Amino acid sequence: MSVRRLAEKQPQSFAFTSENLAWAKAQIAKYPEGRQRSAVIPILWRAQAQCGGWLPQKAIEATAELLGMPNIRVLEVATFYTMFNLSPVGRFHVQLCGTTPCMLRGAEDLKKVCRRMIGEENAVSADGAFSWTEVECLGACVNAPMVQINADFYEDLTADILTRIINDFSNGRAPKPGPQIDRINSAPVGGSTTLTDPALFAARGKT
Amino acid sequence: MLADKDRIFKNLYGQHDWGLDGARARGAWDGTKAILQRGRDALVNECKASGQRGRGGAGFPTGLKWSFMPKQVDRPHYLVVNADESEPGTCKDREIMRHDPHLLIEGCLIAGSAMAAHTCYIYVRGEFIRERERLEAAIAQAYDAKLIGKNNVHGYDFDVIVHHGAGAYICGEETALLESLEGKKGMPRLKPPFPANMGLYGCPTTVNNVETIAQVPDIMRRGAAWFAGIGRPNNTGTKLFCISGHVERPCNVEEAMSIPLRELIEHHAGGVRGGWGNLLAVIPGGSSMPLVPAGPDQADTLLMDFDGCIQKKSALGTAAVIVMDKSADIVKAMARISYFYKHESCGQCTPCREGMGWMWRVLERMAEGRAHKREIDTLWDVTKQIEGHTICAFGDGAAWPVQGLLRHFRPEIERRINEYTANPHPKPVSVAAE
Repeated sequence: MSVRRLAEKQPQSFAFTSENLAWAKAQIAKYPEGRQRSAVIPILWRAQAQCGGWLPQKAIEATAELLGMPNIRVLEVATFYTMFNLSPVGRFHVQLCGTTPCMLRGAEDLKKVCRRMIGEENAVSADGAFSWTEVECLGACVNAPMVQINADFYEDLTADILTRIINDFSNGRAPKPGPQIDRINSAPVGGSTTLTDPALFAARGKT
Repeated sequence: MLADKDRIFKNLYGQHDWGLDGARARGAWDGTKAILQRGRDALVNECKASGQRGRGGAGFPTGLKWSFMPKQVDRPHYLVVNADESEPGTCKDREIMRHDPHLLIEGCLIAGSAMAAHTCYIYVRGEFIRERERLEAAIAQAYDAKLIGKNNVHGYDFDVIVHHGAGAYICGEETALLESLEGKKGMPRLKPPFPANMGLYGCPTTVNNVETIAQVPDIMRRGAAWFAGIGRPNNTGTKLFCISGHVERPCNVEEAMSIPLRELIEHHAGGVRGGWGNLLAVIPGGSSMPLVPAGPDQADTLLMDFDGCIQKKSALGTAAVIVMDKSADIVKAMARISYFYKHESCGQCTPCREGMGWMWRVLERMAEGRAHKREIDTLWDVTKQIEGHTICAFGDGAAWPVQGLLRHFRPEIERRINEYTANPHPKPVSVAAE
């Protein structure tokens, strides 16, 4: 378990945009009648996006009202799931995987890069552009070590490559997500050892 | 060695079209209607005959699980697909969702009809944002082509709905997943009642792993005998292996069950860094499983299947092979795994909530040698007190890797303690819970 509390400084108000409200209604419709509560995670997520990557108390309460849930039930969801950021994050939020498979391949070096270029863990850089946090396994272990920046995975990193990626972001460029070395997704470097039989894909003409 | 023609996941690496046309060209959605027309019992029996066991970690026979669903349909039945892949070392379901999503959707339809379910929820872990978008796009294609949905071409109304989490490993446990899907904290439920009687919204529910479901269409199309002919009895079929850690070329690969570990690593992942002789230990089935050290009776002769791993006092789990060579700090690596469990414990059961942090703190000290030798026995005792004394298997999965370490690397821990105590230190050595 990890201790997670709401931020001390909170905005005074929160209201869903009309676009997000319509989106939320569509989410609720995915579940059987009377089970609108099921949509709490997707809607909190949308609220977090609307607030620039973190979840203020007022947004939690607005979600509770929207779903007809007691505040405490939404608050406990918001504090239980670690992807809800309870305090502000940078525009580019780096989630660095530090679990054993990534650690074995050099995640510790990446942490040093983050400390040097962004600052302390869970703190937002002075210009508001970056923040970083160590997270548990992100599920790209054969492409270790890796980080997630906002929605995208950046895989097969070294300290130099991560430095370049962070520099690219701060210079307004968008680096290409996925493996950062010469490699096709999760296939072995140097070419696949399987799925090489052309008959597999030629049989029906199209690939 | 598995022949290319026997592979199920032909777009594992995403070199080809993931969409409906590409999937059809690779054989998906072929004869699905005829498969559904075989009827519920025939599908369950076919699955049983194939010997398929769940690919999510526990290895429970899939057909048997389906057969637990009530025969009478007086309430809605649900199929829930567990795509909350978060076991450290495991990254196979991700490849299915982003590169072969139609196999999964078709599998949902077939498995759904085999349990009289008309609704399927796919619970994707929160971090897999791009994978979820891809899966949703594929589902939209399937709706447009009337392959699923109301009045579809298969004559079996079926809805597939994507749901997502927000970063909680425990939601991979099936009842925690159902709680999360109902909009609550992901805390596992006591069983019984089992989900087959009282699952999602109190209705009969079956939870299956992504890989399990995505294999179903091929099992039905090619026949149970084909699937059962791969691997050993009780360990049949093909499996996605994720080979990570200290190998030359880490990769995902689909292979036959029961492949020897050494062959798997050397043929597909370029071998252990520095050669097979440089192997220290391997975790064969994701971080929850005990490690297997190098050696003639251990990793050298390990067969990668359910029974083969049990024989070495480990388990196949998700078949995520984490390799450590002699440069690895084995105690620190295991301490990091313990930290993972400390972080991810849902906090519901006391042995787990308190025990995880306790094990992690002691292991961190042992990694430095800053411990007493008697604490090794205490640690062993604590793992035994956690194992089997919690609502879900999380406690077991966190205790086993520590047990594996103590079973095989006790001399290494003692060496570190000796080394530490041989030098003067200003601070006294902490004991047990400190």
